[in-house]
Amino acid sequence: MTLSKSLLTAAFALGLSGAALADITVGISLPLTGPANGLGIPMQNYIKLWPESVAGEKLKVILLDDASDPTRAVQNARKFVTEDKVDVVMGSSVTVNAVAMAETVAESGTVQLMFSPAALQAGKDHWAFRLPQGNAVMAHAVIEHMKKQGVKSVGFLGYTDAYGETWLNDFKSQSAALGGPPITAVERFARPDTSVTGQALKLVQANPDAILVVASGSGAAMPHKGLIERGYKGKIYQTHAAATRDLMRIGGKDVEGAFVVSGPALVPEQLPDAHPSKKVAQDFVNKYEKAYGAGSRNQFAGHAYDAIIVLEKVIPVAKAKAKPGTPEFRAALRDAIENMGRTVLCHGVLTYSKDNHWGFTTETPVMLKVVNGDWKIEPSAM
Amino acid sequence: MDPTIAAILTLDGVGNGAIYALLALATVLLFAVTRVIFIPQGEFVAFGALTFAMLQQGNPVGSLWQRYGDLPGTLWLLALTALIAAGIDATRTWRLGQPRRAWREALTTLALPTALVVLCVLSHPRSWPMLAQLLLTLAIVTPLGPLVYRLAYQRLADASVLVLLIVSVGVHFALTGLGLLFFGAEAFRNPPFWDARFSLGPLTLTGQSIIIFGSSAALIVLLWLFFERTLRGKALRATAVNRTGARLMGISPATAGRLSFTMAAFMGALSGLLIGPSTSVYYDSGFLIGLKGFVAAVFAGLASYPLAAVGALGVGIIESFASFSASAFKEVIVFTTILPVLLWRSLRDPHREEE
Repeated sequence: MTLSKSLLTAAFALGLSGAALADITVGISLPLTGPANGLGIPMQNYIKLWPESVAGEKLKVILLDDASDPTRAVQNARKFVTEDKVDVVMGSSVTVNAVAMAETVAESGTVQLMFSPAALQAGKDHWAFRLPQGNAVMAHAVIEHMKKQGVKSVGFLGYTDAYGETWLNDFKSQSAALGGPPITAVERFARPDTSVTGQALKLVQANPDAILVVASGSGAAMPHKGLIERGYKGKIYQTHAAATRDLMRIGGKDVEGAFVVSGPALVPEQLPDAHPSKKVAQDFVNKYEKAYGAGSRNQFAGHAYDAIIVLEKVIPVAKAKAKPGTPEFRAALRDAIENMGRTVLCHGVLTYSKDNHWGFTTETPVMLKVVNGDWKIEPSAM
Repeated sequence: MDPTIAAILTLDGVGNGAIYALLALATVLLFAVTRVIFIPQGEFVAFGALTFAMLQQGNPVGSLWQRYGDLPGTLWLLALTALIAAGIDATRTWRLGQPRRAWREALTTLALPTALVVLCVLSHPRSWPMLAQLLLTLAIVTPLGPLVYRLAYQRLADASVLVLLIVSVGVHFALTGLGLLFFGAEAFRNPPFWDARFSLGPLTLTGQSIIIFGSSAALIVLLWLFFERTLRGKALRATAVNRTGARLMGISPATAGRLSFTMAAFMGALSGLLIGPSTSVYYDSGFLIGLKGFVAAVFAGLASYPLAAVGALGVGIIESFASFSASAFKEVIVFTTILPVLLWRSLRDPHREEE
């Protein structure tokens, strides 16, 4: 692991060491090894496709592996801000790692573009901006869809971890605000569990109109199958962390008819022409699949694509105020991102403001349905 | 909670408990014979389930392993560990001035792994029928047991229980890391062996759970026969009762250790094949499953096989009811039950210095 990491670092350092001082330096920490490498490697793939220069400035990229480990992520962040004096820090795509890096990065007065929906304490995200959608904006779409479907009560079956907890809270507050269905039963499970029979029985007994399963990746299929096996006949909703092919690979015919909320990046072909992200998402998919083969698209590579859109937009603004490589430039960059206004990404539409560093608007999410083992977009979600 | 739900929960609990029972028996066996508290028992479960998944579905797309053909990584792990073990053994015997014996030993260690590698490379096991793939999985994972014993424990056979436990933690991390390398971070679910469903009033019994009950029961009976009726089984029992005495009677502790690790790895791999179709298995899933088997083994004081089996069913049922009534605290409840059991055991059976 260490060997491959240092080789990688060396490769990047060698390739880019000839850069002049005024270049834009970007420090990126990603999980390229360890259990979360599925979140890091696709991003690395897209970063390899990044342009040589952004807004007329040469782009110098320092990519380090954090081995899915928060301690390593903080070490990387410290190196970026002290040794490399980067203009922008990016990462990590693991939530806990992104949170761990935030303090070090903020202390140095550097912008951090997070690749994970990391919740920070109030006031702590002055320098941090998230590129993935937050749970609240996704919950908004789920609730609107449920209202259209006539769902009157919702059961919750989610992870015992932070992802499950934030979804539960965001869903409750959004539903109260929008007049959506209330949550009538809450059950929990953990990723390594081998069975959800108990939880499924209790939910089937409570018999809500719909059940929201909050789990990620291949972990989302087991609870879904458990509900079907216990004879649940209502609608089942899945969150955007479950919007991967693994859901169908493991769930098979049991996940047919499931509703999965997602960003627009994965299904540009099916987006209605009115969706603002259609063109951008299509461009991302074309570029990525040209390099890595048909069907290789994924949400994480999309964040790497979006990062460049943001940089293209803010660097000219910041450059007008200060020279790259200076603290003034970094501060100007932060202000520029905060005030960049409506920006269309492949993952949706972003508008940051002083009090909102989550940014995505309710135009963003799309509702997908699993039909014949493939995604099909739900027209009513728009 | 009405009786129907209680019945469904009990059935589910017994199904999981049957798997925990196999792992608990393996844990008790290993501790009795070698004094090793074998934490990585669960890793064999994951290796079993995922090796079979690789044979069924191929290596995960984009994984390092996929570039080197479509054989499961565990096969290469087996070949490599066998090579290292053979090398160590042969060097030692060679130094003792017995080159002939050194060759013979090395060839014995390498025979099965080499045969498996040759077979797999030549015959493309992904196209085999399911039963043959199941047997191949067992044939790949089971020999890893004695090799792990050879590499990690054999030289330390006389060390204290604590040292052996620390080695176990190391072996656990090594095997989990290898699992991630071979199988990737995503989960796999194997196709069911038997798709039938039987209705017993409100209960539904799946073919899969019948297979689980049947195999667990059969294995327990076989184990009993092995220990009661065969010379090797009796030798293992003798080693468990008194290592020095057994040695004086001509029973080699190293052979006993290898044999018990072979059995433990076999039971682990079999458990993995049994649960593979009813749940999603990750590279690290085995740890928690193995830990529950360990809790059941502690119920039995790491000494009694029947008590371990009963304890395992108890753990399964407690887990199932806990997931119904307080799902957020399920693991807390399961692992807390170990406290009163430990208290009861230490009151009933006051502490004495080991050996």
